[in-house]
Amino acid sequence: MREEVDRLIGEGAADAAARALGEMWRSDPGPAAAGFVVSRFEKLRGTVALTPYRLAILRSFTVEPVVPVLRAAAFVGGIDLSVQLGDFNAYAQEILDPASSLYSFDPQAVVMAVQSYETAALREWLRVFRERSNAHLILHTVESAPTPGRGVLDAQISSSEWDETQRMNRELREMARQFRGMYVLDYDALVARYGRESWRDERKWLTMRMPVAAGHLVHLAQEWMRFLHPLTGRIAKVLAVDLDNTLWGGVIGEDGMEGIQLGAEYPGAAFQAVQRVMLDFYSRGILLAVCSKNNPQDALEAIENHPGMLVQRRHLACLKINWAEKAQNLREIALELNVGLDSVAFVDDNPVERQHVRAQVPEVMVIDLPANPMGFARALRDAAVFERLTLSEEDAQRGEYYAAERERKELQQSSGSAEEFYRSLQQELEVAAVTPMTLARVAQLTQKTNQFNLTTRRYSEQELAAAGESQRVYSLRVKDRYCDNGLVGVAILKDQGDVCEIDTLLLSCRVIGRTVETAFLARLAAEAVARGRRRMEGWFLPTRKNAPAKDFFAKHGFERVEENGEGSRWSYDLTKPMASPDWIRFL
Amino acid sequence: MVLRFDQADGEPGLDSISMIILDQVRTAAADVLRIPLERITEASTPESVESWDSVEHLNLILALETQFGIEFEPEEIEQMKSIGEIARLVESKAG
Repeated sequence: MREEVDRLIGEGAADAAARALGEMWRSDPGPAAAGFVVSRFEKLRGTVALTPYRLAILRSFTVEPVVPVLRAAAFVGGIDLSVQLGDFNAYAQEILDPASSLYSFDPQAVVMAVQSYETAALREWLRVFRERSNAHLILHTVESAPTPGRGVLDAQISSSEWDETQRMNRELREMARQFRGMYVLDYDALVARYGRESWRDERKWLTMRMPVAAGHLVHLAQEWMRFLHPLTGRIAKVLAVDLDNTLWGGVIGEDGMEGIQLGAEYPGAAFQAVQRVMLDFYSRGILLAVCSKNNPQDALEAIENHPGMLVQRRHLACLKINWAEKAQNLREIALELNVGLDSVAFVDDNPVERQHVRAQVPEVMVIDLPANPMGFARALRDAAVFERLTLSEEDAQRGEYYAAERERKELQQSSGSAEEFYRSLQQELEVAAVTPMTLARVAQLTQKTNQFNLTTRRYSEQELAAAGESQRVYSLRVKDRYCDNGLVGVAILKDQGDVCEIDTLLLSCRVIGRTVETAFLARLAAEAVARGRRRMEGWFLPTRKNAPAKDFFAKHGFERVEENGEGSRWSYDLTKPMASPDWIRFL
Repeated sequence: MVLRFDQADGEPGLDSISMIILDQVRTAAADVLRIPLERITEASTPESVESWDSVEHLNLILALETQFGIEFEPEEIEQMKSIGEIARLVESKAG
């Protein structure tokens, strides 16, 4: 395997090498493979798509051995992680000293791997940290002792050791909620999940202050990855599932409705467990799609009428049931749902199909399943790409929006002209300045929107909240006859003299192609005029994905005034009025 | 099993099993220390390999512990002064 990887790297087959490294890592993740995986991915930098990210770790114990394991897991997940370790037990100084290496490293996220806290002091440190840095902060909870100092007596008394730990962890959670961009990693639950006795290595604790057994280092790294995937945006927005032997046991085309295994009893229970995970993902805002080689009538009959189905047709944003190659179907799913292929995760019990998809569409995140269906649900739950750190109202209702979108498409096909279609939508727009209530969603849109996005500038909540008076942040809400689409657009404007500069203008793919952008821009322009601006200017910075926004400026009468290697700059004379489509109403 | 580690090009020294373990230990060390496998020999020590510091020593130990399913005593970790000694220790534990 090692020779194979080096041969592929030597031949310049970067994607294949990355795939082989991923396979190697997944088959045996841990300290033994970490060094090799990290050193080879470092050679692949620049040839495979990796998101760079800076992580600082403040700690009260030896975490050095976790770092290579974490970096290997990150590389395999598409993240090129630079890690800085704080000095042993020096986290307070690191936070309090403005000249510390913590701040000079300028991390994007900080993990606080600390075993005990004094909560009053911690609150102050967090406040200072937030004043000085916009980085996300991940706080470990405190671990309960495997056996309390008082022995069984501990369970008999009121202010027990156990109570004390629980109280501290409760306070920690409350504290984290008071600050933006601070999250809690339930270390106590993590240790319990794997077993306190097996997690701890007393010898390494006593000799080198490393409390985690060698075999569990990878589990700590994976837990950190559950935060790093959503923080870096390397997440799945869509889960595409196979049907036969994945969503139910057996083959619908051969076994029929009565023959497939799906229900509350074993063996059907294993497949209901898979469906339950899918519904959990659905309520996190992850879209569900079907990608199956089957006769559509057979499969739809089972989806709609099998009594054991927990996932219903209304949960499915897109169905590709045919005999075409899965790679092709996944491309179409991405296209129909308006997401990049790198936002699609695919799950299939058949290793051959998984291999085919990995080779044909390397962007797609393929989730490996064990041979036994009883392990399927766990494998899905363990995949960090489905993790979310915040949940907006929009996320919780995303599945419904897409169902409404399907109906809208049907209407579009039945309406004659485009204008007739726009009118029939009865769209209503609400343009508002950002508020503390909408800040999280606005930041999320800047981080996730790739397609209709003029500049693709990413902002955290902290950055947006910290921006001064000179910056105007607007949110856009769109309602139509089918539903309230929620917050689906953002504009960030900066007034400089005569000019109103468009720093950011983006629309969620959910509302592209409905003239919403024209009305949004017209409203922003009218407000800029009211503030006394004479020109509106902005950059279009092309990326691999933002072609849908390419003609935005030209289409709205802007003139190109500059062009450089990064993009083009456009300007609009605000003395010319900008028209808003009369089929859109403002609230 | 009695092992002899002869420096004279290995011919009469290591039997086949321990050669396999030596190679596995060398590979693990090359991965952890991030240098080509050819540069790690039975005689390599923390003094002769620049990247072999105390952190990487710990990483090497953890790599071997997870790979072979063994555990080293603190005293043993201190004694592991060369690739040859480490391989011998691994052999005696994993044997």
